[in-house]
Amino acid sequence: MNYPRRSFLKLGGTALAALATTALWPLRALAAAVRPEAAFVAKDLEGTYKGLGGMPTESAEIDLSTPDIAENGAVVPINVTSKLPGTEEIYILVEKNPNPLAAMFTIPEGTEPFVSLRVKVAQTCNLIAVVKAGGKLYSTAKETKVTLGGCGG
Amino acid sequence: MASPMRIRAKTTDGVTEVKALMSHPMETGMRKDADGKPIPAHYITEVTATHNDKLVLHAYWGPAVSQNPFLNFRFKGGAAGDTVTIKWVDNQGESQSEQTALT
Repeated sequence: MNYPRRSFLKLGGTALAALATTALWPLRALAAAVRPEAAFVAKDLEGTYKGLGGMPTESAEIDLSTPDIAENGAVVPINVTSKLPGTEEIYILVEKNPNPLAAMFTIPEGTEPFVSLRVKVAQTCNLIAVVKAGGKLYSTAKETKVTLGGCGG
Repeated sequence: MASPMRIRAKTTDGVTEVKALMSHPMETGMRKDADGKPIPAHYITEVTATHNDKLVLHAYWGPAVSQNPFLNFRFKGGAAGDTVTIKWVDNQGESQSEQTALT
């Protein structure tokens, strides 16, 4: 190879550094949970819950605020506030999306059990907030009507 | 990477409200382009927020999070001058990290 030695070494160094950062990344994330891959690829609610480790119990202690009608399903704001003591994780599910699980949040101590996010909603269906508190799963659902689907194309 | 991430963090009565706007296409992998070829999936899979060096929020995302994701959360114990860092990693191995000082 006719590569100038100096720049070749430099290139290798950058690649190594990049490798080191990516390798370190999971270490820091270990403090949080592992990505529940099975739940993320599940194609229906049942499969998602299986991936999360069980069926949640319905709870009135979770505040779920979503629009009743979303004109654009590509950007649907969703706010979840949990009043359950010991909230550890918050999941956001969209019932009829190709993969219902949209996001999972880990709430460390000192962080309020509240998250706000914007998600895509393919068609009119329930938006579900699942909260893990004290090792148990709880959920609240609310329907959002979508006039224009969120998956485009 | 396109435009930078925008973070705002404001502390009122001991509670810091963080708002972040990330710049990302969040492609699901299910759409097709004009020629009918599928557009490869490209979405943020992991987000980490730290206050100084303490983890304040960690998230795993799927492709159903909207394009240019907006995230809002609150934590306790922030003081003016502290830093909040938000980092994301996507399924194609790209990442971005942005830091802001608390006000």
